[in-house]
Amino acid sequence: MSDFTRAEVCVAACADCYRGDGEKLASAFGTIPMIGAKLARSTFEPDLVMTDGIASTLANVLPVSSGPDGKAPPEPVVDGWFPFRTIFDVLWSGQRHVIMIASQIDRFGNQNFACIGDYRKPKAQLLGMRGAPGNTISHTTSYWIPNHSRNTFVEKVDVVSGVGYDRARALGEASTRHHEVRRVVSNLAVFDFGGADQSMRLVSLHPGVSIDEVVEATGFELEVADSVPETRGPNEQELVLIRDVLDPGKARDNEVKA
Amino acid sequence: MTIGIGGWGSRRKPMSLIREILRSDLKDLTIVSYGGPDVGLLCAAGKVKKLIYGFVSLDSIPLEPHFRKARQSGAIEVVELDEGMLQWGLYAAALRLPFLPTRAGLGSDVLKYNPELKLVKSPYEDGEELVAVPALHLDVALIHMNRADAAGNGQFLGPDPYFDDLYCGAATRRFMSCEKIVPTKDLLLEGSLHTLKIHRMLIDGVIEAPGGAHFTECPPDYGRDEAFQKQYALAARDPDAWKDFVAQYLSLNSEAEYQEAVRKNR
Repeated sequence: MSDFTRAEVCVAACADCYRGDGEKLASAFGTIPMIGAKLARSTFEPDLVMTDGIASTLANVLPVSSGPDGKAPPEPVVDGWFPFRTIFDVLWSGQRHVIMIASQIDRFGNQNFACIGDYRKPKAQLLGMRGAPGNTISHTTSYWIPNHSRNTFVEKVDVVSGVGYDRARALGEASTRHHEVRRVVSNLAVFDFGGADQSMRLVSLHPGVSIDEVVEATGFELEVADSVPETRGPNEQELVLIRDVLDPGKARDNEVKA
Repeated sequence: MTIGIGGWGSRRKPMSLIREILRSDLKDLTIVSYGGPDVGLLCAAGKVKKLIYGFVSLDSIPLEPHFRKARQSGAIEVVELDEGMLQWGLYAAALRLPFLPTRAGLGSDVLKYNPELKLVKSPYEDGEELVAVPALHLDVALIHMNRADAAGNGQFLGPDPYFDDLYCGAATRRFMSCEKIVPTKDLLLEGSLHTLKIHRMLIDGVIEAPGGAHFTECPPDYGRDEAFQKQYALAARDPDAWKDFVAQYLSLNSEAEYQEAVRKNR
């Protein structure tokens, strides 16, 4: 059965980033990663800890959108107080896995969402460094890139907000032991850092996408795994969760066109 | 003068105090902030010489347009820190320490663009190299609370204290605006003991400023004025529109007139 959309494949791929994490704080930015994290929590990683996006952790999973039927969403069940200072404590302690967005990413996973162009007088000021430097040197990080192109997958990022493998390695063992860029999920494919010198490697293609298409849209020489399977689609149970429970309002389709 | 501004993004910002700065002849300011429209307004008014920040955002509008303009025209000097590093700098100052160590920043361009940041080697067996975040000493801290008493005991009733106590700890002079001044004996009527985050030892002056966080949020008293924030952000796109916005809301004689203008145009 392949009766699912590209957006839903991306949701499952983001959920899979969290596989094996257990009792960790799962943070996710972007609509599709957020649904993905909730999907992981609702299925194979029930111990993941998630916040309400404000200052509480929740014992239950709330949807990212409400459906057309106007059914009231479930009441939040608060099980912890997580103001920003607590988030910082947890992230520096390493007990977190974040999916961040990258405006640019290079082959070693150096990420930029700070600004484009010269840092002192940027052509475009974006989000800034935000928490990316601390996140990437403290705990597991994955990335979500909704528009895979040569503008996003670049030879060299303009500013390094998130630390990649070459830079972490240069810092030595004390830093590399906390550094993990696990996966990159784009609207076209999934990548890990199993290439030479921990460089980016294509590990699966979303249904209907070819290797050539990905290579064409990537601004650096991409390592391709020996066999590149199709990215899995959500199974029946996951599809029901995505469509009826987590995102009945189809917010996912605004990020990746179905 | 170095001014630290409490709150976070477009949340519980001491906006009435910022508007007072806009009316004053203060200039060449160094601002320390998890920035929102406080930073945007001060940049738009040409008050900022140097900005030390973890980010600048309007939350529901991710990119602060006036801050973007200031950055893209190279109008301000910037020290951009990882969000956690900024907390560490304030904490170091509050503890009278020259620095606090962290891994945050290692390997990133935070160090490249702030070459004054130094590394420090752990004196213990591990010998690990860490970033020494220097103490961020402030001349003045400005914060906004939900409640306070006249002695300067401040209370947050929203979900997050942010880092307001650290701003006050890091500063020489500390000023707090609040939604409502209440008798000391009433401080526990609306919130538990744990909401009394700001002690009078941290405060030199307190002023009652109802609506003082407008147009940022100040829950549970009020949410963000999204319509007004949108108007503010839109006005940034065009110099004439911004001139109108300034005339309508900012070049007024007092906070009372501002609040009246907001009410009138609701």
